[in-house]
Amino acid sequence: MSGNENLSENIEEYLEVLYKLGKGDHLVNTSQISGNLKIAPGSVTPMLKKLDKLGYVNYSPYKGAILTKTGLKKAKSVTRKHRLLEKFLHDILQIRKDKVHDQACDMEHTLSDDAERALCHLLERPDECPDDEELIPACDFSFKTCEECMERKNEEVEQVGTRKENLISIVDLKEHQTGKVLFIRGDYKVIRRLMDMGITLGAKLSMMKIAPFKGPVEIAVRGSHLALGRDIANNVFVEIIPEQVKEEDGATVHG
Amino acid sequence: MDNEEKPSNNVHESDFTIALAGNANVGKSVIFNHLTGSQQTVGNWPGKTVERAEGKLRFEDHDLHIIDLPGIYSFSTFSMEEIVSREYIAEENPDVVINVIDASVLERNLFFTIQLMEMEIPMVICINQMDIAKQKGIVIDTKKLEKALGIPIVPTVAIRGEGLKKLMEKTLEMGKNQENNKNPIKYTAIEYGSEIEKRIKSIEKFMASKNMNLGYSHKWMAIKLLENDPEIKKLIHEEYPEVIQYSYQLALEIEEIHQEPAFAVIASERYTLASRIAAGAQLHTDIKITLSEKLDNVLTHPFLGYITSATIILGLLLWTFLIGDFLSGILTNILGFFQPTDPLLSGSIITILWNGAFGGFVACVTLIIPFVVPFYILLSYIENSGLLTRVAFMMDSFMHKIGLHGKALIPLILGYGCSVPAIDSTRILESRRERILAAFAITFAPCSARTIIILSLVAIFVSIWWALALYVLDLVIIFIMGKLALKAMPGESTSLIMEMHSLRLPEASSVLKQTWNRTKSLIYLVLPIFIAGGAIIQVLYVLGVLNYIGILLTPLTVYWLGLPAFAGVLLLLGIVRKEFIILTLVSFVGTDLSKALTPEQFIVLAIVGMLYIPCLSTVGILVKEFGAKVASIITATNLATAFLVGGIFAYILPFIL
Repeated sequence: MSGNENLSENIEEYLEVLYKLGKGDHLVNTSQISGNLKIAPGSVTPMLKKLDKLGYVNYSPYKGAILTKTGLKKAKSVTRKHRLLEKFLHDILQIRKDKVHDQACDMEHTLSDDAERALCHLLERPDECPDDEELIPACDFSFKTCEECMERKNEEVEQVGTRKENLISIVDLKEHQTGKVLFIRGDYKVIRRLMDMGITLGAKLSMMKIAPFKGPVEIAVRGSHLALGRDIANNVFVEIIPEQVKEEDGATVHG
Repeated sequence: MDNEEKPSNNVHESDFTIALAGNANVGKSVIFNHLTGSQQTVGNWPGKTVERAEGKLRFEDHDLHIIDLPGIYSFSTFSMEEIVSREYIAEENPDVVINVIDASVLERNLFFTIQLMEMEIPMVICINQMDIAKQKGIVIDTKKLEKALGIPIVPTVAIRGEGLKKLMEKTLEMGKNQENNKNPIKYTAIEYGSEIEKRIKSIEKFMASKNMNLGYSHKWMAIKLLENDPEIKKLIHEEYPEVIQYSYQLALEIEEIHQEPAFAVIASERYTLASRIAAGAQLHTDIKITLSEKLDNVLTHPFLGYITSATIILGLLLWTFLIGDFLSGILTNILGFFQPTDPLLSGSIITILWNGAFGGFVACVTLIIPFVVPFYILLSYIENSGLLTRVAFMMDSFMHKIGLHGKALIPLILGYGCSVPAIDSTRILESRRERILAAFAITFAPCSARTIIILSLVAIFVSIWWALALYVLDLVIIFIMGKLALKAMPGESTSLIMEMHSLRLPEASSVLKQTWNRTKSLIYLVLPIFIAGGAIIQVLYVLGVLNYIGILLTPLTVYWLGLPAFAGVLLLLGIVRKEFIILTLVSFVGTDLSKALTPEQFIVLAIVGMLYIPCLSTVGILVKEFGAKVASIITATNLATAFLVGGIFAYILPFIL
């Protein structure tokens, strides 16, 4: 393995940890990173500086680092590959739960985008990984629905292109954050039920309440309040609308 | 409603059928109750476990037949409610459909209105809950809305009866106007994007050229075909397969243009339209934080929410037991005045039959009714106020552990009062699989009769702590059996999608009416079972058949469970009514039961009595809801669990006590 590959793997590991701990919206400090990657705190700082230079993070000395837009996208993509692989190792190859994490860590860096997509098809669009039940992020290919992805099976992902926006699952929204629905993961049935309730592609929704213990979420959409079970909410992806823009729009959540 | 206020010139009597349609929780049932009063019947749609409520109203010299369709959000094919509603409108052709709309959620409600308009049927719109909308700072210009939709609109506050007279006037007017018009009504207000509209029209034309007539309007069927609706496709395919081919091509074209499935395009179009119409007709004054929202912050608070949820559940149970026990005591005394209910009376066959039947009747009247009525009243309050949705919201993640979602909590709580209404209420769940899972868990729930057994056998003769322990054991068994059932019936569980409407205080009269309807249908089901069952078991007992079966059961009762030989008879009698176990025991050995049984035997008898066959009426409703096969599997599992757990305890108790 060449040094370059080692470096890029290393970068991906950092991005993954930053995503897991900071979700791209808050700072993660060096000791959290060193603890999670099981490396000496001294070696974290130089790496964060390097990531800053590459444009993946914003690093503030003594405070920590936060993912940039580019960094977040890359981090999500690696995390997605990691968690898909975990699911594959556990569900298909039937490898023990406590073993899948390390194995997936080794495999994620070499998994191509096409293979990632094929894995997603094979596993039928999973939304949670088996070991710590963390959310599997949406893919970064510019499909509007999973059905579209299935129909365009013959095209490779390079032809499809990537998303312009940074998608975030509504379960990762904070209370009172507003987002625009851009992607719903799942089969026709799920999408149809959501659409009947007003959660159409392009609709604006606001997070109202998140029940503890992985319970449902309550959202406001088109003037009504809906409770969505976690397994459905996991699959609704939005682009966050910043506060100011929302106010210009009339400060309401009507779509 | 007073029909003499405004005598009509039209003397001849004509019958109109009027259907109420709309989203859930918009106040449809309140309107229905107001209109029909006591003249209503609540049954089931043929072959479906969906409630069908209909009633009569005499208004301005006309007899109106009113039907309350289930509350739905769309006309897709995901729930029986949706299928029942659209088939009703197509096949039974109501003269007017009153679309009830929640004024405070105008846009989402208009989404459904638009789908009704697609069916091209005579409509009147009732904008209800104008008061709640006002509190929220929403003012609706009904004139503007009327113009935009081209449908008569009547604002109402149904809970106070405001506007209902006007609503019926408009409805009747619509009915009379349309009486001789059998053509579909073209609503020009619904106009989708040209690329879709063009294709809808061309399918309509194609259908017209084939002289298609299947009850539904061409426009509606064309849209459903584009949406790839399986039921409609099946219906059309039988006679007009070429129409399916034709529309499939057009749907593909739409998907090509939008890069989205056609149904998604159409749903978005409907919402765009709904949004535009709503925006044009509603004025937001200042957004106020209502009392409901403040309360909501407590009810769904990450910590306080669990406390309020637990309080609501416990309150419901306590209320049921306290009031139920009180009423049960009074009723038992009154009935005991007429005739003692000693299960061991001998005499002529008529006396025995009468005695058994009367015993069954008393069991029903003293057990089901006193517990069920107060439970239903409070449940109806909790349900209609919106509190229950908050509890379901908080408890969803726990219910997932046994494969059910938050809404399933409601039937389970009911199970603490009586299994029969509990199983009846599993209808609120989406799939048959979930209904069966919930019903199965309910059959193990410690209902009031089981509580009586635990208390009178164990609490009195062993210790109150053992009684409590058995209660806990029952909860553990529910959980374990729930998990096992999940393994036995794997499948995709429906996720929670539930509207959290604003909290409000329900009107007492609709609560009482709902309670009465529920109680009535329960009595019809349960009373015959109790009376016939009581009589049959009594006769079998007097003829010695029970004793004989009891002897046959000795390997199980005596050797496996370590109980006295007469336990077989006790358990057989207990099938009708669990307290017969105690009553019979008393008549065998006198009031001091401790002379006849050891503490171990008390506990084992209580465990078996608690877990075995639910009771005749529970088996009855299981058969009614799920069929004989499921009912017998559940009953057999109950029996096996009872004897297994009882046997285990018979072996380990001597070491503990």
